[in-house]
Amino acid sequence: MDEKPHWLDQPRNVKLLWRGFIVVLALTVLAEQLVHLHPHFAIESLFGFNAGFGFLVCAIMIGVAKALALVLKRPDTYYDDGKRDD
Amino acid sequence: MTDGSIHPGLVLILGALALAFLRGTLRSIAVVALPILALALIWQIPDGAVWQLRFLDYTLTPLQGDKLSRLFATIFALMAAVGGLFALAQKSRVEVPAAFVYAGSAIGVTLAGDLITVFAFWELMAIGSTLVLWSNATQDSYRAARRYLMIHLLGGVVLFAGVTGHVVQTGDVAFTAMQLDSPAHWLILIGFLINAGAPPLSAWLPDAYPEASWSGTVFLSAFTTKTAVYALIRGFPGAELLIWVGLFMVFYGIIYALLENDIRRILAYSIVNQVGFMIAGIGIGTEMALNGAAAHAFAHIIYKALLLMSAGSVILMTGKRKCSELGGLFHTMPLTTVCGTIGALAISAFPLTSGFISKSMVSQASIDGDLLWVWLLLTAASAGVFLHAGIKFPWFVFFQKDSGLRPAEPPMTMRWAMVVFSFLCIALGIWPEPLYALLPYAVNYVPYTGAHLVTQLQLLLFSGLTFFIMLPYLKRTLTITLDTDWAWRRLLPALMANVGLPLVGAWNLLMRSTLSWGSKALELVVQEYRPDGRFARTWSTRSMALWVLVLLLGYLILYYV
Repeated sequence: MDEKPHWLDQPRNVKLLWRGFIVVLALTVLAEQLVHLHPHFAIESLFGFNAGFGFLVCAIMIGVAKALALVLKRPDTYYDDGKRDD
Repeated sequence: MTDGSIHPGLVLILGALALAFLRGTLRSIAVVALPILALALIWQIPDGAVWQLRFLDYTLTPLQGDKLSRLFATIFALMAAVGGLFALAQKSRVEVPAAFVYAGSAIGVTLAGDLITVFAFWELMAIGSTLVLWSNATQDSYRAARRYLMIHLLGGVVLFAGVTGHVVQTGDVAFTAMQLDSPAHWLILIGFLINAGAPPLSAWLPDAYPEASWSGTVFLSAFTTKTAVYALIRGFPGAELLIWVGLFMVFYGIIYALLENDIRRILAYSIVNQVGFMIAGIGIGTEMALNGAAAHAFAHIIYKALLLMSAGSVILMTGKRKCSELGGLFHTMPLTTVCGTIGALAISAFPLTSGFISKSMVSQASIDGDLLWVWLLLTAASAGVFLHAGIKFPWFVFFQKDSGLRPAEPPMTMRWAMVVFSFLCIALGIWPEPLYALLPYAVNYVPYTGAHLVTQLQLLLFSGLTFFIMLPYLKRTLTITLDTDWAWRRLLPALMANVGLPLVGAWNLLMRSTLSWGSKALELVVQEYRPDGRFARTWSTRSMALWVLVLLLGYLILYYV
């Protein structure tokens, strides 16, 4: 996708990429039927566990990050005022 | 006793000094050849003690080999060679020599058989790395270098206190596995963890590394934290505390990297995240886990350097370092985009990259040990790596909105360095056996199974889905997120200004007034004894007789009372 840069700039192709991405996502979940997963923990044998887990924990991490930002976010000039840390 | 072997670390350190006298092509050749010479020497080191010497009452072993030592020394020398190639276009004549002193002392730590040698090279690393930061020669890098040095000298003092205690208690200087059974061993552990970027002082890393030059950060990313990983594998394998320290680091790195706008600070937080995986593996402590930690350190140095090389290329060619100012660079920097993306895929442990064959060993060790929560958290963290580094970094730098910037590709030497490391990321991913053969224990692990491929692809691709669905929440703003460096950049100075200095002032005032009252009182006494004082005068007989009479009368009265 890097060889034809302008190709990537067209919204029509971006939409195409999205569709392709969703097909690949579906395929990775369906592929569970084709391979032997030999799960160790009970939770691993849930259908599509890794897909759901990946999606969920990432959403949680973004949520936690946003919550933390409410308290700890500062302008990026915060340490610049007079360089007081000298 | 030295059996004629040459110390590869000293070759780099002394070679660095020789670089000062070289110019032009000769210097360029030396920059790449010195680390390769060191690499060749590393592979000549046999197992066991090579150099031994008497120091005070102890037998030091400054040069000693085994598989673990050679593995880390190898990747450090390789890093110095490719990093040197990348930095050939660097105008500062101090940076590369400083980086070689730094790399040479990191190699010195990994080849040291005793704690005193470890400590000596440990401190030399702090000096070398500070000089790398300094050589960027900006106000910010100067200040960052001072804070960096402060933390590392503190870590050095803690480590030295621990080493001294250990030597006094055991009478043995050998660097072998230790138990957390004495204050001395705790101090050694804390000294190691400070360099590893562990809490609570972790903020030194994202504070300092991004202030180095476009090539300096590449060197900085490799040695300090991974030397600490080496020292922890050697010194504290299986210390359970490390599992939790490591898990804290992985999530701390992810959360802070998600909020970061500066492209190299994203990658700096992601170093803490990756070192967290290694430290968790060391805490699990099985052969599989220690192999995983060591292999991951090896793979990590390569892909992290590659990511920072792509970031350095962008910074050199655009002069910009914030996500909010970049974007769309794939138009004119295709090679840098591809190389940066390969690094991003490798850090995310995508199949066919080096991360896939290394990090998964730590996960496997948590399964083998039946550690459900550790496994769940490591898996969650793997998803988070793709989120904060695997997609976020290339997306905001090379793609996203078009910033309108049309920079050229970086100079040829920089491109070659990126190509070499990109090649290694993929080669190790496809053909892991040579790396597995270098690991400290025999490897009984097959990374490419249908199950591993399917589960890993599910995990990563669905993390990617979350990223793009929640993209509006990830829009970068001109902000930073306060970290623990706030304590020593704001809190302590403020305490000093508002409490400490007034206290000192009050104390000084008190001392001055006490002194002045005291000296006045003293003066009153002293003046009576001066040559012209009351007690030094010659008194008349009459007044003497009068005073004797008074004294006797007083005595008589007291006697009857």
